[in-house]
Amino acid sequence: MNNSTASRWTALLVPTLAVVLGLLIGAVIMALMGYDPLVGYTAVLDGVIGNSYFFGETLRAVTPLIFSGLAVAFAFRTGLFNIGVEGQYIVGQLAAAYVGVSFDLPPVLHAAMAVLAAMIAAGLYAGIAGWLKARLGVHEVITTIMLNYIALASANYLIRNFLKGPGERTEDILPTASLASTWLSDMFEGARVNWGLLIALGFSLLIYWLLWKTTTGYELRAVGLNPHASEYAGMSVPRNIVLAMVISGALAGAGGAADTLGVYGYMNISAGFSGIGFDGIAVALIGSNNPFGVILGAILFGGLSFGADNMQRVEGIPTESIKIVISIVIYFVAASAIVHWLLGKFRRRQEVQSS
Amino acid sequence: MSLADILIILINGTIIFSTPLILTALGGVFSERSGVVNIGLEGLMVIGAFAAAVVTIFAGEQWGLAPGLAPWLGILAAMVAGVLFAIPHAVASVDLKADQVVSGVALNFFAAGFALFMVKKLFEGAGQTTTVQHTFNKVNVGFLADIPVIGPLLEGLFNIYPVSYLAFVLVGVAYYVLYKTPFGLRLRAVGEHPRAADTLGVNVRRMRYTAVMISGGLAGIGGGALSIAISSSFTHATVSGHGFMALAAMIFGKWHPLGAMGAALFFGLATALASLSQTIGLANYFPSELLNALPYLLTILALAGVVGRAESPHALGKPYEKGSR
Repeated sequence: MNNSTASRWTALLVPTLAVVLGLLIGAVIMALMGYDPLVGYTAVLDGVIGNSYFFGETLRAVTPLIFSGLAVAFAFRTGLFNIGVEGQYIVGQLAAAYVGVSFDLPPVLHAAMAVLAAMIAAGLYAGIAGWLKARLGVHEVITTIMLNYIALASANYLIRNFLKGPGERTEDILPTASLASTWLSDMFEGARVNWGLLIALGFSLLIYWLLWKTTTGYELRAVGLNPHASEYAGMSVPRNIVLAMVISGALAGAGGAADTLGVYGYMNISAGFSGIGFDGIAVALIGSNNPFGVILGAILFGGLSFGADNMQRVEGIPTESIKIVISIVIYFVAASAIVHWLLGKFRRRQEVQSS
Repeated sequence: MSLADILIILINGTIIFSTPLILTALGGVFSERSGVVNIGLEGLMVIGAFAAAVVTIFAGEQWGLAPGLAPWLGILAAMVAGVLFAIPHAVASVDLKADQVVSGVALNFFAAGFALFMVKKLFEGAGQTTTVQHTFNKVNVGFLADIPVIGPLLEGLFNIYPVSYLAFVLVGVAYYVLYKTPFGLRLRAVGEHPRAADTLGVNVRRMRYTAVMISGGLAGIGGGALSIAISSSFTHATVSGHGFMALAAMIFGKWHPLGAMGAALFFGLATALASLSQTIGLANYFPSELLNALPYLLTILALAGVVGRAESPHALGKPYEKGSR
């Protein structure tokens, strides 16, 4: 086995072993608390593949996580930590709802414009953090956290004063802007899985292509890996930082648009965050910051979280136990040294045996 | 209401709202000065808030502890819980050479899951604890209130919880420890140049473990102050971002105890202003939703304009490997 395939296998093995360890330790904690982990995990699995409606709803839950995971992973690849996906998702929701409610356009075009508006708005919003980092050296972790709260408060204000529909939410978007899909929904007994899923998969491909097959992507990654060397090589570090944040934010915004246009059809005034942006951090990490890894990470994360509801409903085991499992998975992804160490031991033993 | 009354309420509110932030930001200073990024402050606060609320409730209402002692036992429990939950982060950051940001994220997820899991277990499936009955009594300035003219003013200003006094005392202690003792010098040295410190016989590993555990203890107390003294219960929304705010305060305060305190007071002021907006009629001119965003907006402006580039500890986020260059 040559070196690059070996490292590719390790890249897959680390998250896989992390998942196994997470499930095992989670089971121990559940057992210590007096719950039967086997019963719990079975109920989780049942909540995902028990019937085709559950499976469709799982895919619905996975969709925004692909977007938010991609947004975080893209930023990580360019050397930035975007904790602001949560806020950018809100900005995307708002822009999509605005275009969906306020404009009269033919079908498909209307939906496309709404998604585009969401991506531009959220991209620019994230660009603020990029600009502040590039020009003034303000750490993006702090600014994106602050921008989350500002997005939440401003969106609530704008909905209440300019887009108010019945109840604590906007008007319904026009049917022409909807991303709901009858054939997808029918396939899964009325689950709210929608075109957003296919858009998410498309974006995963696009981001892979952008990062690894274009000059722009090469520059973005180079600046992330070593800003000084990149500058010496003639790349503009500030420009690439801002661009990276804008693209990351646009992905988050597309996720917001997919949920507003595909699942709910309106946007709520909300007291707190949906958590989709923060979960995106976990998804990106489980997926090794690789666009295809993100899809797998989102399926795992979305599946476990959605199935956990069924576990609490049927078996009375708190959904939080799944959150614990996920946190342990992230921990072992971070502490991949353990996994490498285990692998090293394993390999050494093989070598001893074969010689 | 006279202007003086409003000012008193404002200052009083500032102190109360900034207390958890001061304590947690101090924790951040310890950890990051030793070279370990601690984005897990949020999770450590969650654990502290949970432990303090639960122990205070059980100690006061079931174990029959004196009502005055129950919240103190709660704060102690919060500190111990914070220290314990910081250990995995230290293991990952120091021994496993893990990505410290990721490990911190894991800690945040774990704390949120674990605390709510335990709440459901302890309170028959409810998503929150019962209300903390035996909370702190506000402590006043005592005999100083008898001083003519300024006495009533002092009484109004310092009508605060004892944890607030504790926070200010700990700022002084942290400053003294970090800047006036050999321990503090060593702690900062391993955060700036671990190899040099190692050469001079400082145990980098032990210093970083200690610093991360101190940071857990302080963030735990910060969370405890939040759940016992401010919100009087623990729910999934009790901490909601305070740990991140404390992290911002630490950076804003340039990784210095006094600076962190100043920044935390500033956040507290903005929060107090927002919560006072109805009373003082500010809400008539400015929508209340946007006032809620004020602390965050001010933080960005302050970081962008006033403070300039913040210099982080040199070895921050870099695992130390003995013998490496």
